[in-house]
Amino acid sequence: MITSFPKLLSATVITLKLLSVSLIIGMFLGLFFAILRMNKNIFVNQFAYGYSYVFRGTPLLVQIFIIYFGLGQIEYLRSTFMWVILKEPYWCAIIAFALNTGAYTSEILRSAFQTIKPGMIEAGKSLGISNRIIFYKIQIPIAIRQSLPAYGNEIILMMKGTSLASTVTLMDLTGVAKYIISTTFKPIEVFIVAGGIYLFMTFLIHNLIKYLEKKYSFQ
Amino acid sequence: MNIFKKTILTVLASLLVIGNVNADKIKIGTEGAYPPWNSKDASGNLIGFEVELAQELCAIMKHECTIVEQDWDGMIPALLMRKFDAIMAGMSITAERQKTITFSQGYADEVASLAVMKGSSLEGMNTPEGINLTLGGSDVKKALKTLTGALAGKTVCTQTGTIHQNFLESGDVGSVNVRTYKTQDEVNLDLTSGRCDVALAAAVAFTDYADKSGKPVTLVGPTFSGGAFGNGVGVGIRQGGDDAIGKRDAKLLKDFNKAIDKARKQGIISKLAIKHFGFDASM
Repeated sequence: MITSFPKLLSATVITLKLLSVSLIIGMFLGLFFAILRMNKNIFVNQFAYGYSYVFRGTPLLVQIFIIYFGLGQIEYLRSTFMWVILKEPYWCAIIAFALNTGAYTSEILRSAFQTIKPGMIEAGKSLGISNRIIFYKIQIPIAIRQSLPAYGNEIILMMKGTSLASTVTLMDLTGVAKYIISTTFKPIEVFIVAGGIYLFMTFLIHNLIKYLEKKYSFQ
Repeated sequence: MNIFKKTILTVLASLLVIGNVNADKIKIGTEGAYPPWNSKDASGNLIGFEVELAQELCAIMKHECTIVEQDWDGMIPALLMRKFDAIMAGMSITAERQKTITFSQGYADEVASLAVMKGSSLEGMNTPEGINLTLGGSDVKKALKTLTGALAGKTVCTQTGTIHQNFLESGDVGSVNVRTYKTQDEVNLDLTSGRCDVALAAAVAFTDYADKSGKPVTLVGPTFSGGAFGNGVGVGIRQGGDDAIGKRDAKLLKDFNKAIDKARKQGIISKLAIKHFGFDASM
């Protein structure tokens, strides 16, 4: 139990790396698709709806398997430049996680945008502020603040989701835990330590979000 | 007593009964994903060399047996947690595993080999046909040196928790870039996709895959035995003890050893080996 701890801690770095990179990409994807969702053009908003429908409607494990093992079987793809990225398990995992969290983020942001009272936008307009500035300086900040609690949840879900990276050979926290078990045959002890580390990360994320919520509260 | 309470009590009682029923039945755990040792047919039934051998051995021991499926990476923990009583899953007898469980005498043995896709730069490596790491000698040393050079900078794929992984991490072939997978199927998939430059497993696992999939997978380098590769494949059983279950496990080990002796004498093991491997892998 004690000897496995340093190994698990160094694996946590990979878990955090997977989490942060996919969250950053996912945030941009989410914002992009949330804006598309509010577009009046039916093809544009249905496209965005389809994206979030597919990625929220299928298990993350299936998505990561399709991207890693599925795309790897297409011979044509292996001759293109995309193979440089898809060859690496790390980038396959990032792509799957980012697309998945992007879909959820787009829904969170969309509902946040919709809760903004029309009065606020009208107030901006009556002051002669341009639509662009209203969007960047009023709508986006309010939407982000509104979505904080739900987004905090999404970060925690994604953090736990990164454990699936071990299914495509990545040595993240779960991957290393499994590796230690395969040599020590002591699953309970090792998984308890790994679970404790996950729990501690949840604790940190939870408190960070709580702090941000307080800091940017409307009162 | 209301109906709700009744239902709960009935369910609890039935759980207790299920828990006790297996007192003298043996459960044998296998992976069902390592053909031709053990695998599954299209409808999900367990098939393969060890599934048939298990039935033969149980018939000799006059035990009632059920064969259950278990992922490879949880095989030994599941045995220790008494989910089943014996492992027959192409598991080689190694000193490392013997620290935790015990093994019957070996019933079959078969060499390991590296495999690549046809056209790989590793083809035509100049090594002897087979090396035995226990015997050692200058030939083996020379072959390991050739392999160290050939594998440097290559991604070598293998299944987690296997003798093959142990060998790759033993330092015998330098420090290689090892990538491990949950099942041999996944190793095969990534070998054909090109993510793996070369893979290591039982030689038959590759030839079986090449036959069935039609993919140009080919064996390279020497075949391996001895050393990290263990001393044949045996039945894995919990180490005996003084309590009732410990005594039962010790008796089970004796029963299996006797049954394997008998099956060997009657030629059952050879017959099954030839049927599934295409050559006599019995021992």
